[in-house]
Amino acid sequence: MIPTSRAFKENAREALGDPNLQKAMTNLRAGFVERRALMISRLPEWEQLRDQAVAIKKHALANLDFYLETFERNVEAYGGKVHWCRDAAEANAAVLAICRDLGAKTVTKGKSMIGEEMAVNDYLEANGIVPVETDLGEYIIQIRHEGPSHIIAPAIHLVKEQVAQSFRATHTQLDPKRKLDDARQMCDEARAIMRQKFLAADVGITGANFLIAETGSSIIVTNEGNGDLTQSLPRAHIVLASLEKVVPTLEDAATILRLLARSATGQEFSTYTTVSTGPRRASDIDGPGQYHVVLLDNGRSALLGTEFEDMLRCIRCAACLNHCPVYEAVGGKAYGWVYPGPMGAVLTPSLLGIEEAGNLPNASTFCGRCESVCPMKIPLPKMMRHWREREFSRHLSPLAARWGIALWAFLAARPFLYHALAEISARLLGFFGKRSGRFRTLPLASGWTDTRDMPAPQGRSFHSLWKALHEKAGP
Amino acid sequence: MSGEARTQMLGRIRRALKRGPLDEKDAAPLRARLRDHKRNLIPRRAAGLDHRGQIALFTAMAEGVSATVARVSSARDVPGAVADYLSRLNLPARLVMAPDHELADIPWAARPLLEIRKGRAEDGDAVGVTSCFAAVAETGTLMLLSGPESPTRNNFLPDTHIVVLRANRIAASYEDGFDNLRRKFAKPEGGFAMPRTVNFITGPSRTADIEQKIELGAHGPRRLHIVLVDEGGDGQA
Repeated sequence: MIPTSRAFKENAREALGDPNLQKAMTNLRAGFVERRALMISRLPEWEQLRDQAVAIKKHALANLDFYLETFERNVEAYGGKVHWCRDAAEANAAVLAICRDLGAKTVTKGKSMIGEEMAVNDYLEANGIVPVETDLGEYIIQIRHEGPSHIIAPAIHLVKEQVAQSFRATHTQLDPKRKLDDARQMCDEARAIMRQKFLAADVGITGANFLIAETGSSIIVTNEGNGDLTQSLPRAHIVLASLEKVVPTLEDAATILRLLARSATGQEFSTYTTVSTGPRRASDIDGPGQYHVVLLDNGRSALLGTEFEDMLRCIRCAACLNHCPVYEAVGGKAYGWVYPGPMGAVLTPSLLGIEEAGNLPNASTFCGRCESVCPMKIPLPKMMRHWREREFSRHLSPLAARWGIALWAFLAARPFLYHALAEISARLLGFFGKRSGRFRTLPLASGWTDTRDMPAPQGRSFHSLWKALHEKAGP
Repeated sequence: MSGEARTQMLGRIRRALKRGPLDEKDAAPLRARLRDHKRNLIPRRAAGLDHRGQIALFTAMAEGVSATVARVSSARDVPGAVADYLSRLNLPARLVMAPDHELADIPWAARPLLEIRKGRAEDGDAVGVTSCFAAVAETGTLMLLSGPESPTRNNFLPDTHIVVLRANRIAASYEDGFDNLRRKFAKPEGGFAMPRTVNFITGPSRTADIEQKIELGAHGPRRLHIVLVDEGGDGQA
């Protein structure tokens, strides 16, 4: 997927004018925000669990080399294999080699953000292997040739009429006059089509929510059951995982699992939480004959020990997206790559570079809701500020913004001048705005006044009002 | 390629952590942490109840996620409960049954109209019956293991999944389930052997990928029916 994060502003403008997207995004609140709040209200230990989860991840990151080596040793003890990959190209090559080795023609795929990061579907397709996304949302965007717009609900930007249209265009073997009016009919259609894909696939690829060092297991969390059919029917199970997914024990995973579903979909527990360890045992009567973990770095180790290290605690629940006013307004595709919303605004510049994605940390009102709902207490606004500072110090921000900030900095460092200018501006604006009480236009501020009026000040600056009030009240 | 990548990735991590590989002194507490696999905080919701309360909580939580629960007093009553369920929903009385010794002990012949095939589920099997290793009261979750008697696909392929659960298998937490697992598969030299797959299942399959509207039966079972058998448990119906 070619990033378009540089064009965030244009993307956002387009999204704001897209009536389907705007209608679809209204589902965010009832679908995620309200359900999450209800579930958390039913778990009195929520805050303590958050603290423990943060401590577990910090411990795992501080000993990441140890736990990854332990994980690998245990994967091998069960007959599986870990493929260490520095970047997406190496990871794609590893997946292809496994598929080629088995003579695989079709691959089913459970939802994986790492897979999106690797663009593994495009890579496999270019090499003659047919990848089939099996998560309903991922399938919808795959047949529409789009990228995901949300990390757990990839097709959230679409209304059902768009989905129906895509199903009709793709499933041409079915009766064109069939009814396809509601989600139920579309789910049934996808279910029937996908069933045959599951049964025919040679290799199944899933992501991983956790890697367990103690047992060499991977864990996936899903609701549809597609990830389970994906990994249990074919001859090989490939797990795509980034290296920060490792936690020490099953008990540690259980603690974080209590946060994950509640934060993500507002469920007490996801329908399917599946722990997979190695290939099928000799006496088993089903299961994959091979188990591979493609362990991807792709820039993550470079975040360790920096001001962005906390981002490696992220469990991809999407609560920060669901509660972000900017994300709610423009949807995920405006962010231009795999990870949207506040977590994307921090992670994308880390993985693609600030030249490519420096726009994203600016797409924030700094309201702080993302940090307050983050189950792993990741200080997202603080990290967005770090990116803004870097953008500024590397002269990547637009000239007008730089001059504006420089001017403000000059004034802010000279309180006398600052107060005097503030007082003069307040009086001037107060005088000219006295009659209507507002300004329809202001010089140099059309960005503000194009879409709303500027209320006229009362005529005195805040500082001088405060001073007067204080003097009147006496010491 | 992988060997060089491995060395470099571990090297980068250690440089970022400003140290080399852990020596034995520093690794020992980490090994102990893995060996002890201590529990973190367990919510009181289920852990604070007696077993009778846990059974009631399990039932309420499972029903809360659209599973159905039928409670019977002994294994003798299971075939009747299964037959009644299927006829009530007008579902075919043809079952694929996991080749599980506990299920084999149930007197299915008492209901001759149930047509039973033992083995792996295949495409087209509409109703599947499996046993269950443990259940978690906290969230109404079933814990199923893969093995020679319990193929994983039987939990996912049939449209209707019927689970026979003994009441004494209901525990408070996922951690209790893990403890049972560690005990059952303990190795004489220490540690334990994980089964290939551990499925935690909470209600029937679902999706909300179209306009955030929840629909049951996305790819896995459309219906999850739990036959809860009191025999062997301390809670009586």
